[in-house]
Amino acid sequence: MSSIKIICPNGHLGFAPLKLESFLRGVEAGPDFIAADSGSDDIGPVPLGSDTCTSPEAWQRQDLEAMLLAARRIGVPMIIGSSGDTGTNSRVDRYVELIREIASEHGLTPFKLGYFYSEVEKERVRKAVGSSNPVLGLDGRDALSEAELDATERIVAMAGVHPFMKLLDEGCDVIIGGRSSDCAIFAAAALHRGASEADAYYLGKVLECASFCAEPYGAKETVLGAVAGSGVTVTAMHPDQRCTIASVSGHAMYERSNPYDEFVAGGRLDMRNCHYEQIDARTTKVTGQRFEPAERIRVKLEGAGKTGERFVGIASVRDPYTIANIDQVIAWAKQQTAERFGNSPYELFYNVFGKNGVMGELEPVKVPAHELCIVVQGVAPTVEMAEEVCMTGTRQLFYARLPEVKGTAGGVAFVLDEVLKASPAYRWTVNHTLAVDDPLELFPTHTVTIGV
Amino acid sequence: MKKLSELAKTIRSKNAGVDKITFDIIFTDRAVYDHVRASKVLTPATVATLYGIDQSRIAEFVEYDPACAIKFTIYRLRPSGSAGDPDIFGAQQYAPLLDIEVDISA
Repeated sequence: MSSIKIICPNGHLGFAPLKLESFLRGVEAGPDFIAADSGSDDIGPVPLGSDTCTSPEAWQRQDLEAMLLAARRIGVPMIIGSSGDTGTNSRVDRYVELIREIASEHGLTPFKLGYFYSEVEKERVRKAVGSSNPVLGLDGRDALSEAELDATERIVAMAGVHPFMKLLDEGCDVIIGGRSSDCAIFAAAALHRGASEADAYYLGKVLECASFCAEPYGAKETVLGAVAGSGVTVTAMHPDQRCTIASVSGHAMYERSNPYDEFVAGGRLDMRNCHYEQIDARTTKVTGQRFEPAERIRVKLEGAGKTGERFVGIASVRDPYTIANIDQVIAWAKQQTAERFGNSPYELFYNVFGKNGVMGELEPVKVPAHELCIVVQGVAPTVEMAEEVCMTGTRQLFYARLPEVKGTAGGVAFVLDEVLKASPAYRWTVNHTLAVDDPLELFPTHTVTIGV
Repeated sequence: MKKLSELAKTIRSKNAGVDKITFDIIFTDRAVYDHVRASKVLTPATVATLYGIDQSRIAEFVEYDPACAIKFTIYRLRPSGSAGDPDIFGAQQYAPLLDIEVDISA
């Protein structure tokens, strides 16, 4: 009978630091693997497009250090997926380097590190675009067009279990993964130990966000997931947290459209007939999950394309007459910008906080607050133009011509009489799937020995 | 009448991928969950009206019994994190749900 225990200390390693107390309890529980995901597409398209991290390296390093030292001390593999927020090649390389530096600092004895890349060349994707086996859109998107591909800066593919399992088969002690399906990181370890696909993928599904499957709410605490015989158990490691039927079943619907299906490269986890059972105060057992292998492997692709350089301006309003006519004020500033820049390619965005700044067109409250804060974004092909677009779009709010305004010395308040350089603007150009014959094709693996 | 915020344990919103935002309303008491379901205050039609959107923007609407949860997902007009998107994580779109009135006398 196969048996496996995995601890997960963090649901997006680096985004906020793990909590050490519950992690160390998890380590004491004698896991067979220590694993965590380190990425998300929640962070928007900028990090992928610009090949940067949204997480501070100090936090990434701190968690990698805690996990590496624990894993080497108890002699079990450590697995990381979606390195450095996006899982691009440069992020994988940096995590490998961090592992090397930490090992050197602590004088760790030699161990085998495996890593894989997830970036996909645009030309590889182009071969499929327009072919008889096109790059299919997710979430209602059309199949990927050549034009959208051309507008794309960088693409990563979402690995399933395959590159992780290959590196585990090769005896790696530490695995640093490129972009990966969260649940595949853990499922690969369970499959490597002989768990059924259904249990392995469910284990991954429930562990991926660490203590988000526990209650009371408290992120970044360690949870322990296990497969013993048939079924999955999950246990909170923080003494004040519990994995309950409600918290575990509730987690199945977190961040996804439906709580029944989890799609990975290679198949679908079906949670329709899951049965949840509280087996001790902090542990819930789950049975009844099923896994349906895909007839053809389709790998999810994520791509981001640059829309321009970006500056941000801030303006505020207190005059109730101006607030009541804020749309006219903004129209004036837009018109002044249009007169200056004509048909040049630029974009101007206004988020009006106090009116509908957080929800935009979804906002049901139509009565504005007594004061407004307007965040202006100017996007244009060059830094100079973006700055001037944003400055025009912000400063002209000051000069808006409302017929009955009493205050004729300036229509808005400024906390800063300047516009601020922001990250360039990107957009998600690719949210699609690509069919592959070989599940490892997009994920080249490498191994190296680390340590003295 | 009670507000949904008094009856549900969790009311939240979050990205479901880059093109959708998903909303979860989770109850601790199955009887309350059943009562809210039966009251029909949360349906594709009421949600579309509340958010001022066409029902075609609702990608899914699920009553999820194992977790005593009502869950729906809407399409974004532009992908998350595009310039001008005020809520990159989709985490603050649930507020209008809090004040939905539920008749508890029935």
